[in-house]
Amino acid sequence: MALFDVSGYKSHSELRGQIIGTGVGHFIDRPNQQFSVPVGVDPSGFLKSCSREGGVSIDLNHGTTTLAFTFRHGVIVAVDSRASAGSYIASKEANKVIEINPYLLGTMSGSAADCQYWERLLAKECRLYKLRNKQRISVSAASKLLCNMMLGYRGMGLSMGSMIVGWDNKGPGLYYVDDNATRLSGRMFSTGCGSSYAYGVIDSGYREDMTVEEAYELGRRGITHATHRDAYSGGVVNLYHMQEDGWIKVCKEDVSELIHRYRKGMF
Amino acid sequence: MKIVSGHFYGDNGKMKEYHYTGPVEHRFSPYSFNGGTVLAVAGEDFAIVASDTRLSEGYSIHSRDSPKCYKLTNTTVIGCSGFHGDCLTLTKIIDARLKMYKHSNNKSMTSGAIAAMLSTILYGRRFFPYYVYNIIGGLDEEGKGAVYSFDPVGSYQRDTYKAGGSASAMLQPLLDNQIGFKNMEGVQHLPLNQEKAVQLVKDVFISAAERDVYTGDALRICIVTKEGIKEETVPLRKD
Repeated sequence: MALFDVSGYKSHSELRGQIIGTGVGHFIDRPNQQFSVPVGVDPSGFLKSCSREGGVSIDLNHGTTTLAFTFRHGVIVAVDSRASAGSYIASKEANKVIEINPYLLGTMSGSAADCQYWERLLAKECRLYKLRNKQRISVSAASKLLCNMMLGYRGMGLSMGSMIVGWDNKGPGLYYVDDNATRLSGRMFSTGCGSSYAYGVIDSGYREDMTVEEAYELGRRGITHATHRDAYSGGVVNLYHMQEDGWIKVCKEDVSELIHRYRKGMF
Repeated sequence: MKIVSGHFYGDNGKMKEYHYTGPVEHRFSPYSFNGGTVLAVAGEDFAIVASDTRLSEGYSIHSRDSPKCYKLTNTTVIGCSGFHGDCLTLTKIIDARLKMYKHSNNKSMTSGAIAAMLSTILYGRRFFPYYVYNIIGGLDEEGKGAVYSFDPVGSYQRDTYKAGGSASAMLQPLLDNQIGFKNMEGVQHLPLNQEKAVQLVKDVFISAAERDVYTGDALRICIVTKEGIKEETVPLRKD
């Protein structure tokens, strides 16, 4: 059949082999997705060179502020919801947190398609891990899987800054993974073009022994102030709380209402 | 009387007052922009996918009858705008994958499944993208209207309404106001019924044809309900 090779179809026997596995204890399946690459050109600069020739302008969805920090009662994750394509706001309610399983969350910043694709692939690998090993994957291992996926495509122009948040046997876990395959464990991270503004706010308000309500407020403030100053962040604040028995979604509030609350004297 | 021109002064290759005459790099671009606008709206028990039918390139119009909505299944329609070559290949690949799914699983793909599949098809070309802006409109498993919008490399989400293509930046704020009731005070949030939605789509495209050079000629509307897919064609400005 014409286009069979490029259609990406996998036959049933191939799928079965992939799920059951061909080796002993391999952590990640050989990638069965083949990526087409333009011939003889540097992939990371290719799109930019095609833009603006004869009206061609390929803009991909981009831009964000996300933040996460650990404290006594777990981990707080807060993200904005704006997806921009060039200077156009493609979506005001993009979902930038992927719920991998009830004990693992991943945030997305940078290129929307890269984050969605690789974190969905990470969710698949976590599920396979659980089925093969009869126990949930640790946050450290999950972030390592994502980091190694990024390492395989380093230099090709992927753009992804993600935080893997979870609660496993070692307690609450927070890892930062990016498209250069940097993987850092820490107690507080913020990613995206609005991250500097968010760092300023959460650094000044953070205390390890905060109450839960104070922590929610700090997360909300961090995102709100970042969206106020960064053109590429905006929309609503999506707030999650990672607790010992899983994550809960705390709230979803519009930043324009929040900024009025916080800066009463200003307007 | 001697007529002075920039040509005859200065060394070759140096930036002159009137124009540059040194070497210029040209490279074959695999892409071209063929224009067109696509719009989808999801209602309570229906979905509408509409597109104009103009195919242009640069200053020329190649065709006045090239609609950009393609029927995928009885409950799903896709609208593709951007580079026409990639639109054609992409719809061929989607049709092929739908057929394979139907033969292996003995049922048609649902709208949500088609959206997830399209995301991976598009991402497979992450380093040499399909220059296509896609919007899928159809009914979900519960019979409610669903709209999924994509970027060229596969990032997607479910929406209530979305405009894509050359006039998208003009239409999206209008839809935000009329369907989302954004930036209006003291108005009743009436749910959208099918007749009002179709009339709104026609009005919105008439506005787009007035202000965007790549949109016009005719409007093709596909209305997806549980009874099937109905098509309507409405003329637009031809200039």
